[in-house]
Amino acid sequence: MVVFVIFLVLAMLAGAISACVFKDLLNAVIASGIVSLIAAVLFYFLQAPDVAMAEASIGAGLVTAIFVIAIRKTERKE
Amino acid sequence: MRKFISLILVGIIASGITLSLLKIPFGTPKTKVGNYYLNKGIEQTGAVNIVTSVVLNYRGFDTLGEVTVLFIAALGLGMVTLTFKREKREIQPSSFILSVGSRFLFPFILLFGTYIFLHGHLSPGGGFQGGAIIASGFLLIYLGCKREINEKRFKLTESLAGLVFLIIGLMGLYFSGYFLFNFLPKGVANTLFSAGIIPLIYIAIGFKVGAELAGIINDLMEEK
Repeated sequence: MVVFVIFLVLAMLAGAISACVFKDLLNAVIASGIVSLIAAVLFYFLQAPDVAMAEASIGAGLVTAIFVIAIRKTERKE
Repeated sequence: MRKFISLILVGIIASGITLSLLKIPFGTPKTKVGNYYLNKGIEQTGAVNIVTSVVLNYRGFDTLGEVTVLFIAALGLGMVTLTFKREKREIQPSSFILSVGSRFLFPFILLFGTYIFLHGHLSPGGGFQGGAIIASGFLLIYLGCKREINEKRFKLTESLAGLVFLIIGLMGLYFSGYFLFNFLPKGVANTLFSAGIIPLIYIAIGFKVGAELAGIINDLMEEK
């Protein structure tokens, strides 16, 4: 269990760093969506299912979609 | 040079946060109010989900402010997108499988969102989460099949739901002397018809948040 949580936190860190580093903004948005998804799983493990549900539906779902729409209207490369 | 300075600044902030967070023992409650909610919450509000009883009963006025903030954000986005120039762009029609699949999934997503906000006082979830799920269903419809969705109905639903929230609060003021007072009978805990006004407010919030977020997506997607 602890090993799994540590793996999730490391994956979240990797996602956050790659969201900052990527030059292709679409990849960066997908990476930030992954960060939100792992945050939702961690919230669930911390016994906060309400927050986990909000994080999964808003952070990983709607915000990612809104960013993708914004990228389609502007430029894809940084 | 600039990157070096910003790296140092980030290091200072990170060490500050770490040092201040290390003082707090992890997982032990520092405040007494949490224990009060856990012990008395169910008998005082009738809601089994303690988070919901805090959000809508003990701190109901804050939730009204939260809903207002979301409304102002949606309004501001609508104003900003009004100033854009509408440019017609050629968009490929989506494939047959995508459009049929999204049309098939849409009612089930609506049903799931409705379930989430109807059972907000019993199980995890509530109006905000259910509304976000409903809005993601509308997003799927926008992506899958290019349907013109009547945005006036979104606005109407949103305003009516906000009005219902306010009217329930004012009824509490009228019947019991406090704004947003839980004036309806609490009922038997752990059943669907319990907890007084909490399910009614969560239904209103579910409609309001769903219509608002779907309206935001509608504003952004408007070029067709």
